[in-house]
Amino acid sequence: MNLLEKIDAAAAARIALLPNGVGAFGIPIEEVYSATEARIGDRRVLLLGTNNYLGLTFAPECIQAAHDAIDKEGTGTTGSRMANGSYFGHRALEREFADFYQCSSSIVFTTGYQANLGTISGLVGPGDTVLIDGDSHASIYDGCILSGADIIRFKHNDTVDMEKRLRRLGNRIETTLIIAEGIYSMLGDQAPLAEIVRLKNQYGCILLLDEAHSLGVLGETGQGLVEKTGLLKEVDFITGTFSKSLCSIGGFCVSNHPQLEQLRYISHPYIFTASPSPATIASTRAALELLRNGSHLRKQLWNNCTQLYSALKEAGYELGPDPGPVIAAVVDTPQQALLLWQRLLEHNIYVNLILPPAAPEGKSLVRCSVNAAHTRDQIQYVGDTFTKLFKEIN
Amino acid sequence: MTESNYDEIMQLLCDRLSSLTNSNAQITPETNLISQLSIDSIKLLNLIMEIEDTFDVSIPINALTDVQTVRELVDLVYKIKSAS
Ligand SMILES: Cc1ncc(COP(=O)(O)O)c(C=O)c1O
Repeated sequence: MNLLEKIDAAAAARIALLPNGVGAFGIPIEEVYSATEARIGDRRVLLLGTNNYLGLTFAPECIQAAHDAIDKEGTGTTGSRMANGSYFGHRALEREFADFYQCSSSIVFTTGYQANLGTISGLVGPGDTVLIDGDSHASIYDGCILSGADIIRFKHNDTVDMEKRLRRLGNRIETTLIIAEGIYSMLGDQAPLAEIVRLKNQYGCILLLDEAHSLGVLGETGQGLVEKTGLLKEVDFITGTFSKSLCSIGGFCVSNHPQLEQLRYISHPYIFTASPSPATIASTRAALELLRNGSHLRKQLWNNCTQLYSALKEAGYELGPDPGPVIAAVVDTPQQALLLWQRLLEHNIYVNLILPPAAPEGKSLVRCSVNAAHTRDQIQYVGDTFTKLFKEIN
Repeated sequence: MTESNYDEIMQLLCDRLSSLTNSNAQITPETNLISQLSIDSIKLLNLIMEIEDTFDVSIPINALTDVQTVRELVDLVYKIKSAS
C-alpha cells in the first residue's frame, strides 16, 4: 500500500462506521443566533454541544473590547510572542491570569492545545517520565510525545492504580511529571485531586492540572477544581484554554515556579507560531473579568446541569458519575449513538456524537454540554426529548 | 532472566491477544498486531497496562512506536523485565 492507499483504507473504515454519509462530524452551522441557538440546514436548533459554559459568546463587554482592539491594533499580530507578537494586551492578560490564580508566573499561548504541548514539552524531555491519566485529552498525549519523555498511563481517576505505577518508577520519580484534568471532557467526571496531591507530595514529583473544562465552572470565583478543593497551592502547574468558558481562542499556563518563564525560550509551540490576535486577547480579558465575578452565571449553569442530569438519569440513561456541564449518555454501540444523535437533530437539538476509539471502554457517547444561558424551558425540552427517545434506541 | 521466561511472556501474550480479539486465527510471533489482529490504539494501550501489572514493570507507551508484531511486543517486555 502506498501512502494515499493507506489513507483510503482508513477512510473506508470510517465510512463503514458511519454509513449513509451522515454528517455527524464537522456539521455545517449556517448561522449563529445566540449562545443557545443556531441554524443547521434549514433547522433552527438548540445548541447542546458547545463548550460555551458561561454562555458568554455574545457578551456585549467582550464584543465591544474585541471591536476596540481591532480598530486600535489591527486584525493580527503577524508574529510570534518571541518576536513582534507580545503586545500590551498579551502581557496584561498574563498579569491578570497570574493575579487570578495568585501565582508569580503566567504564559499565554495561541491555543489551549499548544498550552499543553508547550508546557509539557518544556517541562520534561527524553529520560524523564510523565504519568498521565489514561483518559487524557489528545493535547496531553501529543505534548508528552513531543517531549520525548517516557509515557506511563494510569487507569482513569484510579489513584490506587496511580500509586502502583508511581512505586514502580523507583528513583525515576525525581524526574516524573503527573498530569490530570479538572473535569474530563468525555464523561464530565472530576479528578480525585486531594488524593492525587497526597501521592505527589508523598512521592515528591511535580503535578500539572489541565483546567480546560473546569475554568469558570468550579469554585467560588471559577478558578476550577483547584478552588473547589482548596488545593490551589498544591498544584505545580495549571494549564487551560480560552476556547470554552472564556469564549475565544487561546491557552495559558500559570505557576509559582519561576522556571515557567524559561519556557518562553525553549518551547516550540510558544515560539514557532503567531500570537493570538488583538481582538482575541481583548475579548478574553473582558471575559476573564466576567468569569471572576460570575458567581450568578455559575449558579445558573449548575441549576441547568442538575436539571438535565436528573432528567436523563430518570429516563434510564447511563451517565458519568458526576453531574456537571458535560453530561454524556453512554450507549453500547455506535449504531445506537448515531440513531439517538440523528433523532435529537430531527427534534432540533444539536449534541456531540462520540464513537470508539474516542469514547472510553469501547462505548459510544451522545454528549450534551449545558451552559448558563440555557433557559429552564430549553433544558426541560431536551430532557423530555431524551426521555421520549430512550425506548426507541434500546 | 532465562529462556523459559521469554517463552512464558510469549505464551501469556498470545493467550491474552486471542481473547482480546475473539479470533480463532492462529496467533504467531510474526502476527501483526494492527493489520492482522485489528488491535486499535486504545486496546493496545490498555493491554500494556495489564502487562505492566502482570510483570510489575513500567512500559512506556512511546516504546510502542517500534512494535508491530507479537514478537516485537514480547521482545520489549522481555527487555524491560530483564533490566528491572
Ligand atoms: C482537556 C482539554 N485540554 C485542552 C484542550 C485544547 O483547547 P483549545 O481548544 O484551546 O485548543 C481541550 C479542548 O478541546 C480540552 O478538552
